[in-house]
Order: sequence, then C-alpha cells, then structure tokens
Amino acid sequence: MTDFLSVASTVDPAGIFLSWGIFSIQLGNLLVIVAMFAVFIAALFVPFPGGRRRK
Amino acid sequence: MTDIDKTDVATDGETVADTEDDRTWTGRTRRWVLKKLPPEKLLPSSQPSYVASWIYVFGMGTLASLVFIIASGVILSLNGPMWYHLDPLGHFVNSVHLWSVEFFFFFMVIHLWGKFWMAAWRGHRALTWITGVISFAVSIVAAFTGYLVQTNFDSEWIAFQAKDAINATGLGAWFDVTNFGQMFMWHILLLPIAVVIIVAMHVVLVRVHGVVPPLDADDSDSQLSGQEITHVESH
Repeated sequence: MTDFLSVASTVDPAGIFLSWGIFSIQLGNLLVIVAMFAVFIAALFVPFPGGRRRK
Repeated sequence: MTDIDKTDVATDGETVADTEDDRTWTGRTRRWVLKKLPPEKLLPSSQPSYVASWIYVFGMGTLASLVFIIASGVILSLNGPMWYHLDPLGHFVNSVHLWSVEFFFFFMVIHLWGKFWMAAWRGHRALTWITGVISFAVSIVAAFTGYLVQTNFDSEWIAFQAKDAINATGLGAWFDVTNFGQMFMWHILLLPIAVVIIVAMHVVLVRVHGVVPPLDADDSDSQLSGQEITHVESH
C-alpha cells in the first residue's frame, strides 16, 4: 500500500485551469492554441527565404 | 499464335505491351497511371513561385512529424513499456513520440487553416480535401488510443472517462477502450496503417493536381499552365 501511494504521489498534477463562466481550459492547451494562431499569422507575413529570387 | 507471340518484339523494337494496342488490364492501368501522374509530376524539380511562402510549409512539416512518430513508435515497440518507463533512453524516445504527435497536430491544424482560407478544394481538388479531412479524423483516433496505452495511471483514468463517451455512441460493446489489448493493437497496427494509407493518398492527389494556387493568382499566369484552376471568374 505504501508503494502504491508513493507511486500515486508521483503522478503529474492536472495543471493550471483557467475559467470564464462555463468556459474552462487548461493553460497548456491555451498556450498551444495561441502559438498556432501566432505561427499561422507569421506564416502569412514573414518573407520566405529566397522567395523573391524565384520566378 | 500463342500468348507469348502476341507480346513479342514489334518492328520498331518496342514490345506490343508498350503500345496503345495493348488491351491488357496491366497495360491500360499503366497508361492511366502515367497519364494521371507522369514522373515529372510525381517528383517535380521546381514549384511555382507562389509556393515560396511559409504557409505552404506546414503540410511538409506534418509529414516530417509523421516520420518521427512512426520511427519513435517502432523503437518503443521493439523495447516495450518497462523500457520506456524506467530507462532514461526509453524515457527520451517516449518523449520524442509524444512531442512528434504534438508537432504533427500543430502543423496539421495550421495546414488546415491555410488551405481552408485559400479554398484549396478548387480545381478538381475535392478528393484531396476529403482525404485531408479523413486523415485528420483518423489521426485523432490514433492519438486518443495512444493515451490509452501509456500503461500508467493516466491511461487508466482516461480509459474510464472515455468508456462513457464511447458507450453513449453504442460502439462500446465492440470498441472497448478499457480493453488494453484491443486498444494496443489499434494503436500500433490498424490506425498507423490507416493513417499512412490515407496520407499517402492525400500526397499523391496533391502531386496529381499540383499545389493549389493562391486565390488571387491570375489565370493567365504561365506558372499555372497544366494545372487545373476553376476560381478565376471573380478576378
């Protein structure tokens, strides 16, 4: 039983949750979504290396 | 005349099998494949200039991530759960497997956004779009079964939460998320095969129809010659 508890205590915590009314999201998931938006927007505007030289 | 005589060497040095007269199913299939996907389309040496944009990179990023997922998954399969739970190298490979999946979906979602906003189903590319949607759906199931076969408390918790959702669909009697052996086989055999096949179909279709041009590409653009475009009426 002691072994079981010691192993159980090493299980990762659930993480930080952010809540607005009925909406709730884990911080890690929110960061991934924000990062995806940022990369998507950047991909539209950041010049592609060597792109101007191509015909 | 025997069958061998019929496919014997013709007068110009070519075999009859190379000519249009060849009505065998293999001959017809070969001509159809070469017409739809000639070698220069399958493995092109250059791309139109509009492909030189970061928004066109994420499909390849998704494919690269899939290679890492499969390679790390093979190593995990060779060594087993005890290794990837207890051995430092096993831990590392396990993490590579996890993070490859994170990047796979990261790139795939951005690829989806990019293609959605450029209406990438234009120019007879509907099947390309559909295979992309199916690969996304099958990949999600593959990832979810991955949660179930971690062989830790997390996977037990997730399995017992998931069973209620699956049971609500009526599939629970057959697709039992608490049955580790079944989920393990789905995760390391059936779903990877499904993902690879559907992704391969998607890539071949991209090569057949070419990379979709931007919405504002001029239909008189010489780079689009030979490509199928249907979006030009409003430009």
